[in-house]
Amino acid sequence: MACFLVPMGEAIVTTVVQKVVENKEKKVGGERTKKVGLSWSQRLSWLNKLLWGGTALLALEHVWHGEVVPWPPFLTAMENPADVGPMLREMATIGVAMAITVTAIWGIMILVAELKAKAAMPKVKESLVRGGV
Amino acid sequence: MWLIMTALAGVIATAIWYVKAPEDKYKLGLLSLFFWGATLMWLVDHVMAYVTEGGEFLEINLDATLLGVAVIVFALFVWEIVLVVNDPKGALRKALRG
Repeated sequence: MACFLVPMGEAIVTTVVQKVVENKEKKVGGERTKKVGLSWSQRLSWLNKLLWGGTALLALEHVWHGEVVPWPPFLTAMENPADVGPMLREMATIGVAMAITVTAIWGIMILVAELKAKAAMPKVKESLVRGGV
Repeated sequence: MWLIMTALAGVIATAIWYVKAPEDKYKLGLLSLFFWGATLMWLVDHVMAYVTEGGEFLEINLDATLLGVAVIVFALFVWEIVLVVNDPKGALRKALRG
């Protein structure tokens, strides 16, 4: 009905957070040397892409099934008061589950990427030492 | 059916991204994450509907297949808009200069 609105809400928040973090990193970037692994803005950009991609494609599916229309109130469930309750219940169950699953998978992606970056670090240091740098 | 088709598109986009990685000039990482985001959300939707309501896990009919095609075309369309706006090859800039 409107389950994709929950990940969309999360995507709006994380996009704003990413922009703020990006600006902070740009300011700090000149003062400090970059640490190994992904920056927080890069990490959040992955989450935003997952959330916005999912939201856009699910919105298309809802249009296809006639659950979203291009005229107000946009959600066909809103036209009938009896459908509003089930719609909100669906958002609270399926919508929240979608947002949690995507965020959890993103967390695993970040964890794996960080572990890979840390594992690669001694090899980089070793090659630098061997190279006489 | 659209779940399977989107997952397949995600697998193909990720494979192509990996062949070119770490270079991502044409933003295939973006396309992959678009497909995977939608796949995850639809997977949750299908699992929860199957657990609570029962019935078939996957809809396999012409309408569901056409929706799958529409979803892939739409994702590719969004990706191409991002690509043209960013113009990593500079082709648009050169064409506009004449």
